[in-house]
Amino acid sequence: MNTINLDYISANPLLPEVQDAMIEAIKKNHGNPSSPHQLGEQATEVLEQAREKAARLINCASPQELVFTSSGTESINHAIKGIALAKAGKGKHIITSNIEHNAVLKSLRRLMKMDYRVTSVSVNEYGLVNPDDIAKAVTDETILVTIMHGNNEIGTIQPIKEIARITRKKDILFHSDAVASVGVMPVDVQDLGVDLLSLSSNQFNGPSGVGGLYIRRGVSPLPLIDGGAQEDGRRAGTENLIGIIGMGVAADIAFRERESRVEHARKLKERLIRGLKESIEDIIINGHPEFSLPNLVSVSIRYIEGESIVLMLDEKNIAVSTRSACASGALRASHVLLSIGREYADAQGTLVISFGRDTKESEIDRFLEVLREAVEFLRNMSPLYKKAKVI
Amino acid sequence: MYSEVVMDHFKNPRNVGEMKDADGVGEVGNPVCGDMMNIYIKVKDDRIEDIKFLTFGCGAAIAVSSMLTEMAKGKTIEDARKITNKSVAEALEGLPKNKLHCSNLGADALQLAIKDYEDKKAGKVKAPPKVEDKHEHTKGDACRCPYCDTDLGEAMEFCSNCGKDLGKEIFK
Repeated sequence: MNTINLDYISANPLLPEVQDAMIEAIKKNHGNPSSPHQLGEQATEVLEQAREKAARLINCASPQELVFTSSGTESINHAIKGIALAKAGKGKHIITSNIEHNAVLKSLRRLMKMDYRVTSVSVNEYGLVNPDDIAKAVTDETILVTIMHGNNEIGTIQPIKEIARITRKKDILFHSDAVASVGVMPVDVQDLGVDLLSLSSNQFNGPSGVGGLYIRRGVSPLPLIDGGAQEDGRRAGTENLIGIIGMGVAADIAFRERESRVEHARKLKERLIRGLKESIEDIIINGHPEFSLPNLVSVSIRYIEGESIVLMLDEKNIAVSTRSACASGALRASHVLLSIGREYADAQGTLVISFGRDTKESEIDRFLEVLREAVEFLRNMSPLYKKAKVI
Repeated sequence: MYSEVVMDHFKNPRNVGEMKDADGVGEVGNPVCGDMMNIYIKVKDDRIEDIKFLTFGCGAAIAVSSMLTEMAKGKTIEDARKITNKSVAEALEGLPKNKLHCSNLGADALQLAIKDYEDKKAGKVKAPPKVEDKHEHTKGDACRCPYCDTDLGEAMEFCSNCGKDLGKEIFK
């Protein structure tokens, strides 16, 4: 029996077209794009074709505004640390939110050890940042605002355009972590008004191990990796050409399907939320009901713990993700769920269900059926459930 | 991740349920650190005649509870005292290292149930159930291992008593 993958946020399957292009690239033995001979020039051509495709997906003004990296995480590190180091002369204050990805959080924690100051604004019960809070947090020392686009745990989409208006007026750089949204829904860097934006190839069915960083023309973060003159001197190291080729093909397909993907995902999401509400009592759907990633649902199932639900589903060949502390290496509940006001026990029982272009309605239905059984089984042995149900 | 024995006890847990007329009850854990276990025992002629459990927790926590009840059932109180968290983990053919911290609390719950039984037998009045008192919210470390005192990660901005999030602006 095939596994039903409802954990796209952890790993997207590679599209067949992407696989074919990468296999072909492996067999072709491309040269090094930095070499001046024919092999090198051919490699450069392939590299720049991929850049054009990836840049078009986020509507860069020029393909040169897109730098290839090894991952969304590297892009985020590059944007935050690179701007912090480049702008240290102007100031050492950075503004972020309480629900950012660890790549952002830990980059900022690192900078704090180097005397940078960070203000983290809180979010409301839906996980939304209030742009006014950002405006209020700005000081003369502020050099960067970093706010994510779509949240990878609860799906909430932040008001990036509104925040960009503030940062532009105050002449502060603005980075957005759009790893969870690029390729899932249309993301237009010019329309959003950001100065830097991080993305990852795997979130739109490309290979992992490749990411991109949009750097608006005229913005110059300090490079994290020094060496050769690759990527116009912004990111040294011989390019991961096979991965980049795969990313280019995936970006091209994501661009062409940008509207149908959203429509497909929205339908599945509605079906899933309706099904959850109808079949299981005492649940909380997390995130904003409207401003949200179309391909992700976060649900807190009260009185039971997430890892045990994931194991029960896995027995029936269904893969989902949990934000339970018990399933994370860190053994603690998610800071995102705590930030939107979830109780500890409810955070422990939170599943993240994410899907993609090839997910079928029947797979959502099967998931709901198996989940219902698992919840009944686990609640039957839960002291919290028994306590709640005794009058 | 888990051994076959663990998965068997997780999928087919033995002795699940509440016992209304238990002779002894033991409760351990809290949802902040992940797991809660209740153990109920029925004692006859100094022997654990019946035992049940309720558990909120991960796969390991459920398997630990189930295995513990099998090990304790039919044992004399004296023998049941010798069951330790370590011996439960061994009977399960091992647990992942990080699960040895939070999830392996079954024997503790059993020992509390035995104490509760003996207190009742000795005529001691059971302490009234803990009232959710208004306490000061104090920032605490993340969960600490009760056995080896390992700090499981960086301090979090939550109350060490009830888990309430205090970190409105975590970097300030």
